Amino acid sequence: MEEINAGDTAWVLISAALVMLMTPGLALFYGGMVRAKSALNMLMMSFTALGIVTIVWITIGYSLAFGTDSASGLIGDLRQIGLVDTLDQTVGAPGHKIPMLAFVMFQLTFAVVTTALLSGAIADRTKFSAWIVFVIAWSLLVYVPAAHWAFSFDGGQGGWIGDRLGALDFAGGTVVEINSGASALALALVVGKRIGFRRDPMRPHNLPLVLLGAGLLWFGWLGFNAGSALAANGLAAVAMINTQIAAATGALAWIGYEKVKDGKATTLGIASGAIAGAVAITPACGFVSPLGAVVIGLLAGVICAWAVSQKYRLGFDDSLDVVGVHGVGGLVGMLGIGFLATIVVNPAGADGLLYGGGFTLLGKQLIASIAMAVFAFVVTWIIATVITKTMGFRADPEDEIAGLDTTQHAESAYDLAGVAGGGLVGGSHPLSALRRNRGEEDR
Amino acid sequence: MKLVTAIIKPFKLEEVKEALNAIGINGLTVSEASGYGRQRGHVEVYRGAEYTVDLVPKVRIEVLADDDIVDRVVDAITDAARTDRIGDGKVWVVPVDRVVRVRTGEQGPDAI
Repeated sequence: MEEINAGDTAWVLISAALVMLMTPGLALFYGGMVRAKSALNMLMMSFTALGIVTIVWITIGYSLAFGTDSASGLIGDLRQIGLVDTLDQTVGAPGHKIPMLAFVMFQLTFAVVTTALLSGAIADRTKFSAWIVFVIAWSLLVYVPAAHWAFSFDGGQGGWIGDRLGALDFAGGTVVEINSGASALALALVVGKRIGFRRDPMRPHNLPLVLLGAGLLWFGWLGFNAGSALAANGLAAVAMINTQIAAATGALAWIGYEKVKDGKATTLGIASGAIAGAVAITPACGFVSPLGAVVIGLLAGVICAWAVSQKYRLGFDDSLDVVGVHGVGGLVGMLGIGFLATIVVNPAGADGLLYGGGFTLLGKQLIASIAMAVFAFVVTWIIATVITKTMGFRADPEDEIAGLDTTQHAESAYDLAGVAGGGLVGGSHPLSALRRNRGEEDR
Repeated sequence: MKLVTAIIKPFKLEEVKEALNAIGINGLTVSEASGYGRQRGHVEVYRGAEYTVDLVPKVRIEVLADDDIVDRVVDAITDAARTDRIGDGKVWVVPVDRVVRVRTGEQGPDAI
């Protein structure tokens, strides 16, 4: 193995652990926002992504995403299937070499959390088995190519967005944010609205859980963005302070917007605004100045707060606002780079419009954003449609009304009264008792 | 024998309990309830989506009382629970055919 840089390696390993924690954080963030009857299903969707995407990544995903380009910047190769030929490899710039497996792990946590994000668009209404199949298909057919496009660098011979076109995306504005936003829109449209959407109250059942989740996401995001420097250096420090700034200004802008519009600042608003700010700074954190991060965070807070209300006008049930926060926030960040990027912060970047760079960078940012959105929307639409037409994506209407926790998982999140606990049914699995109660055959 | 049921504001429960104790009522059943009458609920906003929460949280008190004391029970509850603001609740009385104390099997007024 080439000489590795111990400081850089330590920072990337720590960052990988920080980003891993974002997925349980997301589970709580989402879990608190749904109704109590489906809280566990919501948590379960994120945790299954942790399990499944890990396997997809180490078997084939990493190789296709970061292996040597084999199709004009569209996809990698199959040489590292099962992580063979990675043990003695390194990645990184000269002097900043880290073990390839540290990079594999770091990128794995990105694939997991991005896939888990999509569960927010279809909360409270899908069959658990359909979600499992979707996670396998989506992580492989959408996330892996997207990661190759934007993150695979090989001296101009890597992914087409990052390495060939030269659009700037430091930590995943395209791969993670616009990708998940556009995919979420397709998913919400194909799967359809929750029963009672816009008629029944669908208030968040546990806002403290949402705030805890948002806190964990914010914490993990520091590793997500600063770890993307792949080195323990000044650029990582810029990325981290910018992430903190944009999350802070996003949070304040969101509650300011709702104070003016709705009359009160809310906890859900401050949590959502912090996430929106972090989303928007994700692509930009390594290219803009701290004052640039202030602007991007403020814009994201206001624009995303407006965007989440549009689903009611347009009539689609993106239940937990993946489109409004991640899709729109990601676009704010990607285009923000076109205005605010400066080579003073990162010589490997470029100057945006406001720093005398003209429209060139803005144009590249726009092309990258649109291409990612169209690709993600179309492929996700196809995957979701195939699942709908074959095994079915939705839970039975009866199960949806009763709640997914008891019907999909034979559990309930809360036992506050103790009265509904019931008795132990011999040695048999509770599900069989549930089926007996309904007069169904034991399977 | 009568069953007195009262719906009151939750924060008035302690005062009502004390008032009932003072007239010798030493057992009652309390449950959380929600509903609406002239007092309406409030509006909550989540990510810009407004929800009208019609149901207001209340406490329901149930007291069994012998005929000779029932009027004093009703007065004690209404005096203690009154704030003169909308939403103070209601008290009503219905006849009871039979009461049994589960432990001893005592019946009627002895069981109260």
